[in-house]
Amino acid sequence: MELICPAGTPSAFREAVDAGADAVYCGFRDETNARNFPGLNFSRPELKESIGYAGKRGVQTFVALNTFMRAGSEALWYKAADDAVELGADALILADFGLMAYVAEKYPDQRLHVSVQASASNRDAIQFLVEAFGAKRVVLPRILTVQDIARLTRQIDCEVEVFAFGGLCVMAEGRCSLSSYATGKSPNMNGVCSPASHVKYRRDGDTMVSELGAYTINRFGPDEASGYPTLCKGRFEIGETHGYAFEDPVSLDVVDHIEALREAGVSALKIEGRQRGKAYVAEVVSSLKKALSAQPAERSALVARLRSMSEGQRTTSGAYDKRWR
Amino acid sequence: MTNARTPALSLGPVYYLWDGPKWRDFYFRIADEAPVEHVTLGETVCSKRQHFTERHIAEVVERLEAAGKTVTLSTLAMVTLERESRHVRDLIRDSAHLIEANDLSALGLISGRAHSIGPLVNVYNAATARVLAARGAQNICLPPELPMSSIEQIVQSLPDLSFEIFAFGRMPLAISARCAHARSKGLTKDNCQFICGEEPDGLPLRTLDRQSFLVLNGVQTMSNSCVVLLGELPALSAAGIARVRLSPQDCDMVAVAGIYRAVLDGSMDADEAISKLSDVYPGAAFSNGFYHQQEGAAWIAKGRNASLGHG
Repeated sequence: MELICPAGTPSAFREAVDAGADAVYCGFRDETNARNFPGLNFSRPELKESIGYAGKRGVQTFVALNTFMRAGSEALWYKAADDAVELGADALILADFGLMAYVAEKYPDQRLHVSVQASASNRDAIQFLVEAFGAKRVVLPRILTVQDIARLTRQIDCEVEVFAFGGLCVMAEGRCSLSSYATGKSPNMNGVCSPASHVKYRRDGDTMVSELGAYTINRFGPDEASGYPTLCKGRFEIGETHGYAFEDPVSLDVVDHIEALREAGVSALKIEGRQRGKAYVAEVVSSLKKALSAQPAERSALVARLRSMSEGQRTTSGAYDKRWR
Repeated sequence: MTNARTPALSLGPVYYLWDGPKWRDFYFRIADEAPVEHVTLGETVCSKRQHFTERHIAEVVERLEAAGKTVTLSTLAMVTLERESRHVRDLIRDSAHLIEANDLSALGLISGRAHSIGPLVNVYNAATARVLAARGAQNICLPPELPMSSIEQIVQSLPDLSFEIFAFGRMPLAISARCAHARSKGLTKDNCQFICGEEPDGLPLRTLDRQSFLVLNGVQTMSNSCVVLLGELPALSAAGIARVRLSPQDCDMVAVAGIYRAVLDGSMDADEAISKLSDVYPGAAFSNGFYHQQEGAAWIAKGRNASLGHG
């Protein structure tokens, strides 16, 4: 299985390449990708240099153009696709049908990967993308169990890539406008979820309150460490109870399922985290690279340290395990 | 604004779990009394619920068609299980009715045949609408998240296609493999005991500061606020929108349809309609923020002294 690694900056990109990535994915510094955060992502010259650095070392570069083209601003997305192809991207990771059609028609030889944001979760959906746009690989939404994935890989003419480590969307990706309901900034159109520009912390006595837009996402008592108010990882009140209604502040870790995913016919494992620093990227990539070739018994020791770097320091295997539902 | 025709009224599928008789009687009354031209129906949110309504579908469709309504059958929004794939395939293969595609599997299977696209498919631009139209889509209900600027762009780029706007109802904001509704009652999706049926209008989720925020509807998360596009109808009509969709809530939907009909026909102004709507759906917070390029929960009052509230 290939290891597909995140890079939010040119230096994280080099770290990922040096640490053993088979491919690095990244995006331009604008709304064309789903990690459109301040200070992140690549200018055209930076991408050119990075693709060159990776290419010399036999590592591929995937460019994520995985938001949905805002009506009236399509030129921004088309230009990003033109430039990524021109600069030599090995694959474009796309979610929007209109953009897929553009790339498939204009650059029929360009490798097209289906982003997790397209939410292709079953055989017929994937076959549609293969037939309509010549998709070569699909990144599966994090809503399937390992058994679902094993069944799926046998039914489709397309490689499968799955998320293995890092941040975890609780909702089907690309089909969630919770953050935009609270902030007006759309994950799908603007590439931001729970954006820092709309985050506030305020003290209420000895309680720390975290807010997104006008809404309280969590309240932390004096004995609790306060966390970032990602909407679907917040604490809410339902009836007489309150708690983490959608998901605890955990991150995804499927290292224990590596064997099963390999047997399921998965082509590539993806690490989430373009917003993370280069030290994190280097550590996660090298540990996972070792884990991939290690015997199962040795594996957990290798990743023990990784887990301590995870968000909230607690991890889940998410939807890959049926009990998560 | 030469292409302004009065849009038709359309009723979207019931997103909640209503028991069979309640569901049947709801549609019987729609057939007999509601001034809507199009009705889209069928379980869209969770395949586990299908048996509640399946045995009533034939009689409901017959009654609606006898009343002169066009009936479209909705497909599931999220398809992961083999059983769900089979259901979508069978529906598309066997149904003599129009289909509304709500996920990518339906899009692939229905190519070449006239169909509709539901608001749960990501159509954010004209290029995407063009791809879908080339495959046989004739009517597209745009996602509730779109601002008017996008709606106008898309509709004007494809003047021959019918576009529909989500103009009343709690907005479907997200869907998950995990059932937060079951989870809130100590259950899981696989052992849910159809607990979501206890809340026919959704289970309110408030912030820890007791702000109304969202409602849970099984695996779907919806807005607490109810979208109300009434003051916006003249602009939408002028832009060439063909249909205005009302999404069923557990309130008098015949009255809701009557109010929208009156505004479309010009026999009631929007302010009066909004005030009447508050009586029909008591306690509901209204929103129209997405349309006005604000947070979706916002309510932008009509006129110059626009005020900003929160649903």
